[in-house]
Amino acid sequence: MLTFIGLGLYDEKDITLKGLEAIRDADVVYAEFYTSPLGGKTVEKMEEVYGKRVSILERGDIEEKAEEWFLKLAKSKKVVLLSGGDAMIATTHVDLRLRAIDMGIETRIIHAPSISSAVAGLCGFQSYKFGKSATVAPPYKGGISEVPYDTIIANKERGLHTLLYLDISMHINEALKLLEMVEGKRKGEVLKKSVIVGIARAGSDKPVVKADYLDALKSYEFGELPHVLVVPGELHFMEKEALVKIAQAPEAI
Amino acid sequence: MATRGKKAAEKVKVLMEKTDRIRNIGIIAHIDHGKTTLTDNLLAGAGIISKELAGEQLFTDFYYLEQERGITIFAANASMVYDYKGEEHLINLIDTPGHVDFGGDVTRALRAVDGAVVVVDAVEGAMPQTETVLRQAMRENVKPVLFINKVDRMINELKVDAREMQIRLGKIIDKVNKLMQGMKKDKYEVWKLDAAKGNVAFGSALYNWAISVSTMHKTGIGFKEVFEYCKQNNMKELALKCPAYEAVLDMITEHLPNPVEAQKYRVPVIWQGDAESEIGKSMANCDRTGDVAFMVTSISVDPHAGEVATGRLFSGTVEKGTEVFISGVYKKNRIQQVGIFEGQERVEVDKVPAGNIVALVGLKDAVVGSTLSTTEMVPFESMKHYSEPVVTVALEAKSTKDLPRLIEVLRKLAKEDPMIRVEINEETGEHLVSGMGELHLEIITHRIEYDENVPIIASPPIVVYRETVEGHAGPVEGKSPNRHNKFYFEVEPLGAEVVEKIITEGIAVGKDKVLMRDKLVEAGMTKEEAKRVVNIIEGNVLVDMTKGVQYLRETMELIQEGFEDVMQKGPLAKEKCRGVKVKLMDVKLHEDSIHRGPAQVIPAVRSAILAAILLAKPTFLEPIQEVFISIPQNLLGNVTREIQGRRGQILDIKTEGDMVSLRSEAPVAEMFGFAGDIRSATEGRALWSTEFAGFKPIPQNLFGEKVMEVRRRKGMKLEMPKASEFVS
Repeated sequence: MLTFIGLGLYDEKDITLKGLEAIRDADVVYAEFYTSPLGGKTVEKMEEVYGKRVSILERGDIEEKAEEWFLKLAKSKKVVLLSGGDAMIATTHVDLRLRAIDMGIETRIIHAPSISSAVAGLCGFQSYKFGKSATVAPPYKGGISEVPYDTIIANKERGLHTLLYLDISMHINEALKLLEMVEGKRKGEVLKKSVIVGIARAGSDKPVVKADYLDALKSYEFGELPHVLVVPGELHFMEKEALVKIAQAPEAI
Repeated sequence: MATRGKKAAEKVKVLMEKTDRIRNIGIIAHIDHGKTTLTDNLLAGAGIISKELAGEQLFTDFYYLEQERGITIFAANASMVYDYKGEEHLINLIDTPGHVDFGGDVTRALRAVDGAVVVVDAVEGAMPQTETVLRQAMRENVKPVLFINKVDRMINELKVDAREMQIRLGKIIDKVNKLMQGMKKDKYEVWKLDAAKGNVAFGSALYNWAISVSTMHKTGIGFKEVFEYCKQNNMKELALKCPAYEAVLDMITEHLPNPVEAQKYRVPVIWQGDAESEIGKSMANCDRTGDVAFMVTSISVDPHAGEVATGRLFSGTVEKGTEVFISGVYKKNRIQQVGIFEGQERVEVDKVPAGNIVALVGLKDAVVGSTLSTTEMVPFESMKHYSEPVVTVALEAKSTKDLPRLIEVLRKLAKEDPMIRVEINEETGEHLVSGMGELHLEIITHRIEYDENVPIIASPPIVVYRETVEGHAGPVEGKSPNRHNKFYFEVEPLGAEVVEKIITEGIAVGKDKVLMRDKLVEAGMTKEEAKRVVNIIEGNVLVDMTKGVQYLRETMELIQEGFEDVMQKGPLAKEKCRGVKVKLMDVKLHEDSIHRGPAQVIPAVRSAILAAILLAKPTFLEPIQEVFISIPQNLLGNVTREIQGRRGQILDIKTEGDMVSLRSEAPVAEMFGFAGDIRSATEGRALWSTEFAGFKPIPQNLFGEKVMEVRRRKGMKLEMPKASEFVS
């Protein structure tokens, strides 16, 4: 049996009760943190709260050596794999599940809150109005991916909000700089004229949600990771009010 | 000498400011056709060496090994002042090596100059290397004039009569013209060599005389008189009446362009940046008030000043204290000294304007080929050299305490000579040094041991191979580690003509896609494929056959990186690939870029291409040399045996009098020690030279053995690799 368990948004206490029971019932507990950052968790705290030893797997262990690491074991034992957020949002794991099914292993998912639903609540947005998401990746050999920018534009054209995930170690101000460079290259000004929402440490006791125009937001200090961004599309009057009251957006938006 | 030197230095300082009086020229030829001897004559004409010694001193062969062996190893700079029709001119001259192992020096010298004196031996005529150096000159848009040397030998050794002599000289000119016509259609009509135009001179550099149409007008001495003087063995008088330096320096000043004229048409060829940009215009106009644009063409070490970077200043003015960008390096370097040449001396000056050959001190990060500039600019085109480092020796310091010193010396040598490649065998800790040939490596090891005083043990030389395919394979699927991305590749032979054209013409994926496509189609590629070529490296191409794949544009960079990686280290034994056409047939990508980053795409592409090569009848190519030998007829049998014993083939035999010239080819791997063996087989009477002739497939019966030999050397598993190791 292979169980994919989501750990929820921020610290070791965001897991569901069902998830916790599955861990306590498991023979082996693995966790991976290469697709989403640890946030307020540490391995020690998790072990203490869950009462089990937790082994961390690297990207290579899961992507290239899944069989030897845990698939074989899952044929006869109860194996669980812990990931941040909801278990299947880090897309890599679909492949793992498919391979497990091919090997005749029973699989299940125990869900937990994900940033992809949390953002709507944190900003006061309507979840119906989000378009495609994208990830802002660090430049590779000077090349900056233009996909996030294109996604924002495409969503905006249809009046939709865009959730931007940031690379695991990226801060909001870095991401904004990259987006601004793409906009500069395109000679566009959509982003410059748009209000943008930055969110840090969703799920913690003190999440930061701050909305402002690009120039002001660039220098805003969001503190520790994880960070995400939301670029709103057309705002419903209720969403506008929420941005001002919850995210200290300028009154004039 | 000292006062002369001072005066001359003052003159050079004045003339470097007068751009229209500058001629930057190279002397190029087949080995032993007399480049350095001619250089001597020119220097003597300018009073830099004594006239008595000209022809014998081999002044520019200043390095003791050059003197010892009677060959030129390094391209040498020398500048002189020459009075032409009452106006003083500054001639910056670069004497280049003729031995094929040092051909890289020729390529680099030609970047710095605008004109070239092509020297051809009257008896031997245009030789294969004449063709090679001429092609290099044409590629760099360097205008040629011709000097036919050793005319006395033609008269006294071949015993031709006066009429026959003129016919033969005419034929040599025709041959060189024909070569040029094939290489440079656009400039041929203007640059065509013609004795009547005066861009051809005839003479004997050893006996210090020469004539051309313009000296004939002055002195009245023509071919008939020359013939008589030679017959009567009275070349001393001939040299007094018609000194070689005058004919040649007149020809240089009259027919070769000054930097302002030359840079207009040379800059578009050697620089791919925007011609309409500030720096583009400034270079085309040789503008000394513009930003600095300088290309390093050689680096030498001066015992006092340290590293000296010599090269051509195409734009701006270099001054002591100027800070310059160096292509490929992130921090700026400050110029500590600026120098120009007078004779062979570096003369320190405050500043030098565009159009000159300049020596700069203080540029720690510069290597040969670096672009230096005061504004960030597109670097100059890399200097393409036809031959490649194909011979390798493994070096080891005799005493382990010398190891750091050895590394330092190797780094220094590699910086000075881009045709040296240094690699470290991680398994054995040996340093693998690759060079152009046995002689090149001999000089390198000699320099390490005797000039740098690091005792070393050098392995016998070995050759490098190329990996290629003889069949078709694919589509082979490569999956990214996260299995969310798939790449489909086919692999097949690129075709010998296409590879040849890519290498000799230096075809690359540049801004002019149409030109690249046309050249590839001309070589035999289909138009459909040629227009889809996205990367060319080491004579291999990557063709993108996909249609309308979303997000491919961003991923293509990474695909190319994976492709280049395999082309640099093939699946058989991590030797470079060559002649492999890799076709990207289809791609399936994940929606979000974070799931198709470098860590996903590069391994997927690599494994698919590696596997596809292994499925497409992979084999080794080995480097081949053409070997030219002339010997007395009675020794032909000995020579043939010597060639055939080395897996060699005789391609052509020509008889002239009782001499035979023989053209043959043999694998470089079998040619080690040839110099000694041919000497003993012919009692030292063979005149011979070699030319790099590219790569050919290794005989099938040697394939397995050679692959294992290389794998052993590199510390790899001693098993023939299988496609299944790379894809599942």
